[in-house]
Amino acid sequence: MPLKVDKNVCSGCGACITVCPYDAIKMEGGKAVIGEYCQLCQSCLSACAEGAIKEIAEGCEKGQADLSSYKGVWVFAEQRGGKVAPVAFELLGEGGKLARQRGVDLSAVLFGAAREDALELIRWGADKVYFCGDGIFKNFEDEPNARLLASLINEHRPEIVLAGATAIGRSFLPRVAARLKTGLTADCTALEIEPETGNLIQTRPAYGGNIMASILSPGTRPQMATVRPKVMKRGKRDDSRQGEIIEVSAGGLKCRTKVLASIRDEEGQMKVNLQEADVIVSGGRGLKGKEGFQMLSELAGLIGGAVGASRAAVDEGWIPYCHQVGQTGKTVAPKLYIACGISGAVQHLVGMQSSDVIVAINKNPEAPIFCVATYGIVGDLNEVVPLLIKKLKERKNGR
Amino acid sequence: MDYFLSEEQVMIKELARQIAVEKVVPVRQELDEKEEFPWDIMRVLASSDLFGLFIPEEFGGFGKGSFELAIAVEELSAACLGVSTTYAANALGTYPILLFGTPEQKKRYLPDIAAGRKLVAFGLTEANAGSDAGGIQTTARPEGDHYVLNGTKQWITNGGEAEIYTVIALTDKAKGARGASAFIVEKGAAGFSFGKKEKKMGIRASATRELVFEDCRIPRENILGREGMGFIVAMKTLDSSRVGVGAQGVGVAQGAFDEAVKFARSRVQFGHPIIGFQAIQHMLADMATDIEAARALVYQTARFIDSGAKDVTKASAMAKLFATDMAMRVTTNALQVMGGSGYMREYPVEKMMRDAKILQIYEGTNQIQRNVIAQNLIKEAAKAK
Amino acid sequence: MRIVVCIKQVPDTAEVKINRETGTLVREGVPSIINPYDMHAIEAALALRESLSGKVTAITMGPPQAEAALREAISMGVDDGLLVTGREFAGADTLATSRALSGAIKAAGADLIICGKQAIDGDTAQVGPEVAEFLDIPHVSYVRKIVEAGPGSIKVERLMDEGVDVVQAELPALITVVRELNTPRLPSLKGKMNAKKAEIKKLSASEIGLTPEVVGFNGSPTQVKKIFTPEPRCGRRVLEGGIEGQVEALIKELMEKKCL
Repeated sequence: MPLKVDKNVCSGCGACITVCPYDAIKMEGGKAVIGEYCQLCQSCLSACAEGAIKEIAEGCEKGQADLSSYKGVWVFAEQRGGKVAPVAFELLGEGGKLARQRGVDLSAVLFGAAREDALELIRWGADKVYFCGDGIFKNFEDEPNARLLASLINEHRPEIVLAGATAIGRSFLPRVAARLKTGLTADCTALEIEPETGNLIQTRPAYGGNIMASILSPGTRPQMATVRPKVMKRGKRDDSRQGEIIEVSAGGLKCRTKVLASIRDEEGQMKVNLQEADVIVSGGRGLKGKEGFQMLSELAGLIGGAVGASRAAVDEGWIPYCHQVGQTGKTVAPKLYIACGISGAVQHLVGMQSSDVIVAINKNPEAPIFCVATYGIVGDLNEVVPLLIKKLKERKNGR
Repeated sequence: MDYFLSEEQVMIKELARQIAVEKVVPVRQELDEKEEFPWDIMRVLASSDLFGLFIPEEFGGFGKGSFELAIAVEELSAACLGVSTTYAANALGTYPILLFGTPEQKKRYLPDIAAGRKLVAFGLTEANAGSDAGGIQTTARPEGDHYVLNGTKQWITNGGEAEIYTVIALTDKAKGARGASAFIVEKGAAGFSFGKKEKKMGIRASATRELVFEDCRIPRENILGREGMGFIVAMKTLDSSRVGVGAQGVGVAQGAFDEAVKFARSRVQFGHPIIGFQAIQHMLADMATDIEAARALVYQTARFIDSGAKDVTKASAMAKLFATDMAMRVTTNALQVMGGSGYMREYPVEKMMRDAKILQIYEGTNQIQRNVIAQNLIKEAAKAK
Repeated sequence: MRIVVCIKQVPDTAEVKINRETGTLVREGVPSIINPYDMHAIEAALALRESLSGKVTAITMGPPQAEAALREAISMGVDDGLLVTGREFAGADTLATSRALSGAIKAAGADLIICGKQAIDGDTAQVGPEVAEFLDIPHVSYVRKIVEAGPGSIKVERLMDEGVDVVQAELPALITVVRELNTPRLPSLKGKMNAKKAEIKKLSASEIGLTPEVVGFNGSPTQVKKIFTPEPRCGRRVLEGGIEGQVEALIKELMEKKCL
């Protein structure tokens, strides 16, 4: 919301001028004035000891006319190669909670898998499934997904639309939002209903996870969000659950891209889909070379995890970029994150610090990684990791 | 300190620093340990236009002078002297063509040099001709349309990696120093080969090799200037380039100093960061003053050369002498400030100290610089009478 | 080929600090940089221009200071820069930003638009695809390799969660690129000299055919309700004993927490 200085309260101390990163505030007649270059970053809000800078509620009423005609919570159930992605079930769990709070139906949208998968979505909590089995959805193309989803939304007017913050969801959902001229919040980690207004409060990390922002779309519908995988809890599967499958036609969808080939699982046994892994074993500069990652790969294999890496290790060429965790790689939040030989540069920490349990193995007791670690072992990873592998193997074989 | 740089000089400084920080610092330790020639960095310098700084615009350069070159050399030297030596030796090899080349020779060679497509090396030193350059034994015998070169040049920076070589050889043995001439020899000429790569104490990213000439035939038009001008070519070249060695000294000293300050701020002993102790403070204060004094002399000398002054020999010798002796002092003391850590290869300062030593030796030892300065003092005193 | 690169000036997040008491970003003294992903977009555009010839225009939306980002792009070799600026654009979310950028792109004309995958301050990754929708052209996200470009179409490799797709798109099209694509070049001296004297064209909302109601804060459906710092993690648990004891203890703890 726009910011304004209350001239009666402003002491003219200039603290806001110092903190403004855009040089947007000037002193006029001993009082601060916020000029036209204000980017609404709110830095000045907290800098003002007098509390003279205030947000002005304006423009919130835009297009509020028929918001009440939007009803229902929708979940886009993403499929890859005909298989429904795990995040879809998580979204049904979370979407169900929101739908109950709002007293509305929960629907799923499924493009391109089998009818049986639509039934499965019902068992996981969907009241309705908008289903299109057309072959156009075999490979992922943005345009047909965006167009069909947008036209269904226009027709059925849901108030909330959720999709996974996956490669697919984050690629085509913005097109849907732009078609509908509505708000979309990326990569949310928490959703709740604002009791007074019924609006969806969408919370997401920004600035590489250094801050959290709660976002509202008060004046437009639907309220759309992509939701980070592995964050929301699944509901309960119920075999006896009944629901309605509504077949949708894909007729006349425009598509100006064409997937010519799909190469999967490039790295052989190394599982690359970090964002959906429950366990990640990650390595950094301390590994000293490619061979180190073979060791981590063995550990990961033993505990059903994926292999991650710090930027330093990727830059050294020890492991491909798709394994990179951090600011310029993937943001992950597994149940268990084991950081081996990673010192913990800010740019790495922001990509993994929301993991449930973090284990750090590093020979430098001062390494910043220990500040975020649940458990820390100070020691040479070439000693610790093989020992860990040995002990885990013993347990496996012994029991 | 404001060094009163022009807008363009500031750009050159920023650009060279960006290359140093982003491309050189991350690899300098590896280049040193593997004794690897920094081709990747040379390509970056080429695409950033830095090879063309001092080459006239008509040949694809920027028409700048020694001062701009010194600024670039200084920044690279703060990161790695091995890399900056490679870059500066390229200029050293180019000066003979720039100063004495015919329009045809310039047109043929300078555009490739300015664009960084071809590296250059300068070949003067021999086994029996170090400080005493008059002792060279390599010969160039005229034979029809050709000169035939025989002999071996030693410790030639960029040897083997460069495409173009400017070489001093005797066309008339009987005349001694006055019988020397300068030539352009291209890599690939029949009878021209390279000796093994030398193993050095420092500046190990730079390549140092022998140039071996065995009945090497080069076209007659490859002579620079006239027969007998070889020593003038060599001396004028060194007059122009010495200030660049001074700039290397300023750069490496600054690099080591910055590391020492960073270390002293974070290293805690007796419950305080060691920068709080006067023993350290005084060392740092002396180092900082030393660096500024040398920088002032180097900058002033480079500007003097660029003014078109006729006799710059004494000034350039002073700049080289002072700045490189200073570099040895400052890198040694920077290591001392860092104590045991400074001695470890994990930190960059031991390399800087090893590297700095060469500056007191190459392009004329600092003892020779003192001789040169003294000779000029004597001359001046004689004239004043 | 006419190529437009969309870039954003962002605070260098590696240097952003949080005031834990007020929960705000301390941006004072934090340098502004071109969003790192956008550097790869610039490099991709320049490489394409070298092989296909044509022109590369960089576009950004932001306060007047964002001009510096355009000049930096020019120093790397970009031909010219357009700055979408004015108070009407302030407070824009991704939708309003995309609307403004697409207006500027229409004004400039483009066969191919290249954006970084996301900006490191907002991390939304939404502006690229939204711009494509506003322009009614196809897009391909997360491009890690350009296999073939033009005329009429572009073939790229797209990095997906579980592998790579080879995708062909009709031109004009928009692609968003990942770091793996290339290594951005450094500026050249000629480029820096050009950047110094280049004239940066400034565009207001009316100059790109938009009214103030649809851009900036007014044109943004999403609003920031509040900003707060995530709960700091509780300190680490130091494990006892020698290496062997620590490893044993770790396995025990992880079993108890059902992590293994």
